[in-house]
Amino acid sequence: MATLKILIVDDEPGIRSGLVRILRNFRVDYPFMDEFYEFTSFEAATGEEGLEIIDKEQPDIVLLDNKLPGIQGVQVLEYIRQKKYDTFVVMITSYASLELAVKATHDGAVDFIPKPFTPQELKSSLETIVKQIYLKRMARDMKQEGKQIRFQFLSVLSHELKAPLNAVEGYLNIIKDRQMGDKLDDYNELVDRSLKRLHGMRNLIFDLLDMTKIESGKPSQKSENTDLVKITQNAIDTMMPFAIQKEVVVKLNAPESLIKFLDPEEMEIILNNLISNAIKYNNPNGKVQIDLAEKAGKTIISVADSGIGISTEDLAKLFKDFSRIKNPKTKNISGSGLGLSIVKKIVELNKGKISVESEPDKGTVFTVVLPV
Amino acid sequence: MKKTILIVDDDLDYLFQLKLKVERFGFEVITAEGQHEGEKMMSTFKPDLAIFDLMMENEDSGFILSYKIKKKYPDVPVILATAVTAETGMSFDLSEESNKEWIKADLILDKGIRADQLEKEIKKLLKM
Repeated sequence: MATLKILIVDDEPGIRSGLVRILRNFRVDYPFMDEFYEFTSFEAATGEEGLEIIDKEQPDIVLLDNKLPGIQGVQVLEYIRQKKYDTFVVMITSYASLELAVKATHDGAVDFIPKPFTPQELKSSLETIVKQIYLKRMARDMKQEGKQIRFQFLSVLSHELKAPLNAVEGYLNIIKDRQMGDKLDDYNELVDRSLKRLHGMRNLIFDLLDMTKIESGKPSQKSENTDLVKITQNAIDTMMPFAIQKEVVVKLNAPESLIKFLDPEEMEIILNNLISNAIKYNNPNGKVQIDLAEKAGKTIISVADSGIGISTEDLAKLFKDFSRIKNPKTKNISGSGLGLSIVKKIVELNKGKISVESEPDKGTVFTVVLPV
Repeated sequence: MKKTILIVDDDLDYLFQLKLKVERFGFEVITAEGQHEGEKMMSTFKPDLAIFDLMMENEDSGFILSYKIKKKYPDVPVILATAVTAETGMSFDLSEESNKEWIKADLILDKGIRADQLEKEIKKLLKM
């Protein structure tokens, strides 16, 4: 059994005692958790009182009314955020203000419960939060053992490898049983889709091979004098058929040569990934502008496209393993979700930095700065 | 009249294949390509039965959809189609009372289920 501290901030004594009563007999128990969770409640009638308890007890969860006599709920929320407390905040509000909802979510509130609420509504909100707390704690524990990343990676990897196999197998079975009739042409799309999934799977395997090269986490032993301009030009040449097919123009702005002591294979991976992404997520008649430069002893590689762009929300997930941005615009674009995470790892192994700026429907710029 | 089944999955190939299967059982099928689209569809349309994939935009998209559809249409049977057990070792069993409380689905099926089994399960839920 584990006990979570929960603070109730509300100026109405009736609501507070009601909440305490609900919480007293409430426990959260999911089959995948090794113990169940119970709650001990703390009460505050004002925001000021709430802050005191927050500092002293550091509650796991705060149920926060917004309309308070002194400082408002959103200010309490802001305080929690500034102090970086590991606290889940649920706002209890009358559904009046969308603006408040937006602000509170921005400041880190995880849920809303509209007044008046039923015990069940409160409970289901808490169940979700407990699930998150549990997963967070589990993640933290696993990280300490160094297992977490590998576990996640392997489970997602097996999913990513199995999904195309299942898809192709399914199509083959449909074809084998002639489920769509006897006209051969009716099966063309199924064959195309199968090929597409196999192609995606092959790319994933290539990316995994790239990944094994950097898996050791040590700087490369294979550095040599490498001409980045030549590597970039090679990458562009390789990608040219793809660019033509997508009606995208690729331009390079670079000095005659830019020779640096780096691992050429690693640089190839970086440039191939950035350039192919810039083409892949572009629009017809789009542009890709690549700039290579040396500034104050540093190498700057920038790849800009005029493509579909990335929302601020999605930018946060961009460099994670197997993270693929899913939206209607990317629906028909395949990818392993590994490319950028590999690029980032390589850049960081070389003590460099990668940054990204993007505007939806305008385009994206990736900038890599290497300290050599 | 044919009964209508809502299928939500973000793997478009699986979605296509499942649609084909279920249509061959004699049902009308409408599809949505993810949690978000599924939610939109549910808000205007009541199917006779729903089949959700578990992991879509979110790791628990299927649970969320189940919860929402049951809230709106408590009488619509829900099947969760997952591949989760084989991959993560996590298993969910609806025969346990404690699970029924939080998983708002009537049935959890492995995605690899045979067509004839699937047909039987759907018809059982629809009391046909």
